[in-house]
Amino acid sequence: VVEGLALLDLGVSPYSGAIFHETPLIIYLFHFLIEYAELVFMITDVLTAVALYLAIQDFNKVVFKKQKLLIELDKYAPDVAELIRTPMEMHYIPLKVALFYLLNPYTVMSCVAKSTCAINNTVIAFFILATIKGSAFLSAVFLALATYQSLYPLTLFAPALLYLLQRQFIPIKLKSKSFWLYTMQYAALYLCSLVVIICLSFFLLNSWDFIPSVYGFILSVPDLTPNIGLFWYFFAEMFEHFSLFFVCVFQINVFFYTIPLAIKLKEHPMFFMFVQIAIISIFKSYPTVGDIALYMAFLPVWSHLYRFLRNIFILSCVLIVCSLLFPVLWHLWIYAGSANSNFYYAITLTFNIGQILLISDYFYAFLRREYYLTHGLHLTRPDGTEAMLVLK
Amino acid sequence: MGLLSDPHCRRALSRLVLRLNTPLCVLSYVAGLGWFLALAFQPLAPRTYMSENAMGSTMVEEQFVFGERALSYAREFAGHKKKAGGMPVAWLEKTMWNLGLEVHKQPFSRTLPFPDETRERYMVKGTNVYGILRAPRAASTEALVLSVPCSEGPHNNQAVGLMLALASYFRGQIYWAKDIIFLVNEHDLLGMEAWLEAYHDVNITEVRSSGTLGRAGAIQAAIALELSSDVVTSFDVAVEGLNGQLPNLDLLNLFHAFCQKNGLLCTIQGKLQRSDWDSLPAYAHSLQTLLLMVLAQASGRPRGDHGLFLRYRIEAITLRGINSFRQYKYDMTTVGKTLEGMFRKLNNLLERLHQSYFFYLLPSLSRFVSIGVYMPAFGFLILVLILKISFWAEREGSVGRGEGGQGPSPPLPLPESRPGLLALVPPLLICHAAGLALYFLPVLGQRVATQHFPVSESEAVVLTVIAIYVAGMALPHNTHRVLAGGGGGSDRGWMTLKLLALLALALQLGCLALLNFSLGFLLAATMVPAAAAAAPTGPKPVLAALLVLATPAVTLLLAIFLQRELLEAPASAGEGWQLFLAALAEGLLQHHLYGSFLCPFLALGAYPCWLLFWNVLFWK
Repeated sequence: VVEGLALLDLGVSPYSGAIFHETPLIIYLFHFLIEYAELVFMITDVLTAVALYLAIQDFNKVVFKKQKLLIELDKYAPDVAELIRTPMEMHYIPLKVALFYLLNPYTVMSCVAKSTCAINNTVIAFFILATIKGSAFLSAVFLALATYQSLYPLTLFAPALLYLLQRQFIPIKLKSKSFWLYTMQYAALYLCSLVVIICLSFFLLNSWDFIPSVYGFILSVPDLTPNIGLFWYFFAEMFEHFSLFFVCVFQINVFFYTIPLAIKLKEHPMFFMFVQIAIISIFKSYPTVGDIALYMAFLPVWSHLYRFLRNIFILSCVLIVCSLLFPVLWHLWIYAGSANSNFYYAITLTFNIGQILLISDYFYAFLRREYYLTHGLHLTRPDGTEAMLVLK
Repeated sequence: MGLLSDPHCRRALSRLVLRLNTPLCVLSYVAGLGWFLALAFQPLAPRTYMSENAMGSTMVEEQFVFGERALSYAREFAGHKKKAGGMPVAWLEKTMWNLGLEVHKQPFSRTLPFPDETRERYMVKGTNVYGILRAPRAASTEALVLSVPCSEGPHNNQAVGLMLALASYFRGQIYWAKDIIFLVNEHDLLGMEAWLEAYHDVNITEVRSSGTLGRAGAIQAAIALELSSDVVTSFDVAVEGLNGQLPNLDLLNLFHAFCQKNGLLCTIQGKLQRSDWDSLPAYAHSLQTLLLMVLAQASGRPRGDHGLFLRYRIEAITLRGINSFRQYKYDMTTVGKTLEGMFRKLNNLLERLHQSYFFYLLPSLSRFVSIGVYMPAFGFLILVLILKISFWAEREGSVGRGEGGQGPSPPLPLPESRPGLLALVPPLLICHAAGLALYFLPVLGQRVATQHFPVSESEAVVLTVIAIYVAGMALPHNTHRVLAGGGGGSDRGWMTLKLLALLALALQLGCLALLNFSLGFLLAATMVPAAAAAAPTGPKPVLAALLVLATPAVTLLLAIFLQRELLEAPASAGEGWQLFLAALAEGLLQHHLYGSFLCPFLALGAYPCWLLFWNVLFWK
């Protein structure tokens, strides 16, 4: 950002150097705020926490109302009393979410490093707040801002749409006219705001330079500086003529899970949103620990799933060990010269595998709870012996 | 996800872990120690070999004949050093200039955090003098360094003499592709650190020195030479650097190859190789060598001036000429020929030494143990901790909730499900506060200490360290009784605390073993049994004695005694205690002067972890 600002002050396009890949709105924001940079990042973190707090507060109310409705409609099996959530246990969850975000070492590291990921997180948090409050317009605007900054929040369109449809009590049937009408409305709002923001950026800098620099950069991954993501090592090792194919494969991986998850989780759009944010932060081309901090902030919302989580202890150990080994192996590779990139990438792989297993563990626990709610806690096989639920 | 989610497999595994835990732990620990001892068995370790192609054979024709000139330079240097009472800067500059080198001098100064009793210095001022031999037809992009320390008294005069003779010989050759820097540093490691920092234009420690100096490009390799006699009987090589970093094995192989070519006897850790390798005395001998290297590497002290080069990715070793009572002596010409050969081979390097191993252990000079072979020993020790961690995690899962048909699912401790967990926060805070006090207070508080007690500053620092260490053991361990009201919650409390402490210990030892294997292995071998066994139930005096034996300070004391045993100069109890106090002071000084991480790691990492186990032991 500093380089971009310097270039801007000189009157040259900030994208003519190879380092600056942020959007024009960011550069203009920092043009005025560069002296107060630390304060800006602290304020963004606080804003994110506040937005998450308010969002989860509203969400809890919605969840509780839905649960009450389902109990009254007798959709639950008779012996699931211990699985029903009470307002008492849900009372402190918003506070925990905010604290999880603020006190997460990853957030602190992100703030100290003054990574622009914090601004990404703020925009996504406001988007979630707007979605839960039910305002389609604000939600579309914030989603457009988030997509404008880094391309991947595009996939959050589906969970937001599902949530808003659910809120308006519009059933999700492909033949229903109101479904298509609402979808078209939301999509139109989103696309229009995106177009407005892009045009605004064009007028700010008087050139379309920023499109290849920002989006082309995210999609084509030219810079292979090691990070905690999966891309850099592969593309450093690969031959030139395969790189286009593999770039496509890797990028499709991020967007690929949206449709199947939408089909499976259409009744639970917020969980879908959580899983989608996690998938973005694992598979995006340049992840940072700030992205991880965002989805980890949501974990207290699903704290009622703890009894169904199978591997949470091992996985949290794996994540902590990998986070500690990252700087050690980086030091050994870059400063001591005794290790090489393989060691560092091994830890990156393990870290990402740990995250993936964490998400799939939560997913499995969620589905299990839903199954138990409708079929009862003590499952029996047809011949009467005790059965156990296994994910195949 | 088979192993992790298949419930039958999981249940079988957890049953195995719960029932056979102690036998598995004991077996694993014994396997770890046994594996380590087996490393010293010579036939199992491969022979060293030269990996770097560019340094291939020892085929050079050495023509160095200026042995006598070296001795005369040495005598002149000794005379001038006595006259100047320190480093004869003007004489060195003039001599190097006459030899045709590009001479520079670098004054530096440093105030130590507290007076150094062993070397009797506090406010140090010195000058480094170095001359650069520019390669006649190259672009000055790479350099080699031959460094010689300027020590007090009659030491290392012949080293300076040999260096000057080599410089005059090298000046007449046309085949040099890299510049050669001939460095004479004052105040050994302090001067070396000042020179390296100024050369690389960084400021890691607070040495104050003059600014830009004459440079010669990126340094590819460095050799530090120490010679104090006119004739030598053998050459001793020292490899351990700061924080246990080791140079590339190829540099050692180069030295060994040239010693063999010129017939020089070479030793490592002061011990000569034995030719019979399948007898018990030979095994004991190589075990001694291995243990000496492990102890030296674990202390994190550079064993020669070369130790500070390694941090800047410059491969370096220290060569010491030893004059013992052997009959066959080698003169300066032979030594000069060996060094000439080494430098000519280093001259051939196309890139930095990277082909051979960076992590190794040496049971003798011609055999090495690579990281792939010695890591499993450490792995077995960590396996003990992992078994214990899974044991306690499973126990907690089953104690906490009685699950129906779903198998134990250990939950993450969060406040809303574990009201007793808040009782763990005070012990954690107290232990880490003790660690912080141990790190910060001794040096910061030495002024206060000298005002109130009749001790010198360095004694004050060391005694403060010991006082805080022992005081940590006496801190209140019963905060949980005040908070949770004792009784039912306390059982869960110490189990969770032990789980956390085991996790912290495993994490710290794991990260440490990657950076400095010897230190990690040593701490693991001593702390793991005590940590695994610590529990409030059981014979308290025995467990307390075991835990005290495992504490890092006692490990240091025992290591000092062991090292003196291995050097065949056993120390008495009083002498050992004095050495221990000196080692404490030295450790603190090394941290402040050169950035060694042993002291902060022990104070902020190992000691709080050990205090947690102490807390667990005295929970009731």
